[in-house]
Amino acid sequence: MDFGIKENIVAIVTTDKNMISTTTVPVFYANSEEQKEKTALLVSKITMGMVHDLENGSYVIVKH
Amino acid sequence: MEKFSMQIILALFMGLLARIYMIRIDQRQYPSYPQGLISHLTLGVIASSLGAVALPALIQKEYGAVTFLALAAQQFRDVRNMERQSLDNIEGTELVPRGTAYIEEIAKAFEARNYMVIITSLTTSIFFYLGKKINLHLYGQIVLGALTGMIMAAVLKKVLKRQLIMEIAEVKPAKIHFKGPLLMVNDVVIMNIGLKASRKIYEEVGIAVEIIPHDANGRETLASIGQRQAIAHNTAVQLGIRKDVDEPDFTPMLRRNPNNGHIVFSLIPMEPNIDLLVEAVKRTPVLETAKRKPLESKKGKSENNQLKGEL
Repeated sequence: MDFGIKENIVAIVTTDKNMISTTTVPVFYANSEEQKEKTALLVSKITMGMVHDLENGSYVIVKH
Repeated sequence: MEKFSMQIILALFMGLLARIYMIRIDQRQYPSYPQGLISHLTLGVIASSLGAVALPALIQKEYGAVTFLALAAQQFRDVRNMERQSLDNIEGTELVPRGTAYIEEIAKAFEARNYMVIITSLTTSIFFYLGKKINLHLYGQIVLGALTGMIMAAVLKKVLKRQLIMEIAEVKPAKIHFKGPLLMVNDVVIMNIGLKASRKIYEEVGIAVEIIPHDANGRETLASIGQRQAIAHNTAVQLGIRKDVDEPDFTPMLRRNPNNGHIVFSLIPMEPNIDLLVEAVKRTPVLETAKRKPLESKKGKSENNQLKGEL
């Protein structure tokens, strides 16, 4: 049995420049849809997280 | 001890035969081959020798030996522990984990099979002795012992036989589609998939089934998370899974339709063949620990039957 924080948001990838980066979750800004898609893929591969679409121009990467 | 040698040898042999009869090596590769197989056969020999010498020890008035046997039988509880531990240890290395319920089920089955061996060899030995008592010829005794041992093994195997999913539910191919980022199978949400590339793979090679329980008993059994994980593991092992550790998007997941208790399941297999998937789901064993029987209860029966109408 392994213990630890699960189901947490590890990063946000967004095209929405109004989103404010906080200290808890890093926010990656993207200029276009393609760039957002690519950044999300790269970050998810690094963190082994999963990309979820919030349908408001933002992706969240969640570790399950 | 000379006069019991034939009895012990025959009982030992029958017990071992029963163990071999119960060992199944199939595409799920459990018990593993060759080391797992050897260790289980060896334990089978020990179990059958316990059953074989029990009666001669009693007849010889060796009561000390019988208590020793009881102690030895305790050791078989460790078989369950051993299996559980080893499966727990490899759980982290599985792409699709078995889940604790399935592990418990396998461990329990191995313990039960050793007891089955003891019972078979004991039966053989008892009937061999009875044959001697009614003055049968030596060959007659052997035939009587072997025959009853075989019947006992067959009966026990039938008793220990597990139900399969196809006995409690119907499995039908289902349709995968997306509603925005949500992966849906027959209008039940499975999960939110953000990456467009992953969605494309789901649309191209993903296959899905819907599991429709026959009655309220099946519905509650399939609700068990352990049962669902067992289905996911079994099908992923048999069809192969198109996934690696850094691709959580393709994790096979079984989700329940809360309105009627149907289970939907989507998978990206190496071999996208829907008939194989249906067959693999159908042939998954129903876990003993997951089995629920709400229709058997007195109080809930009428309400459950009403719910059954909705199915």
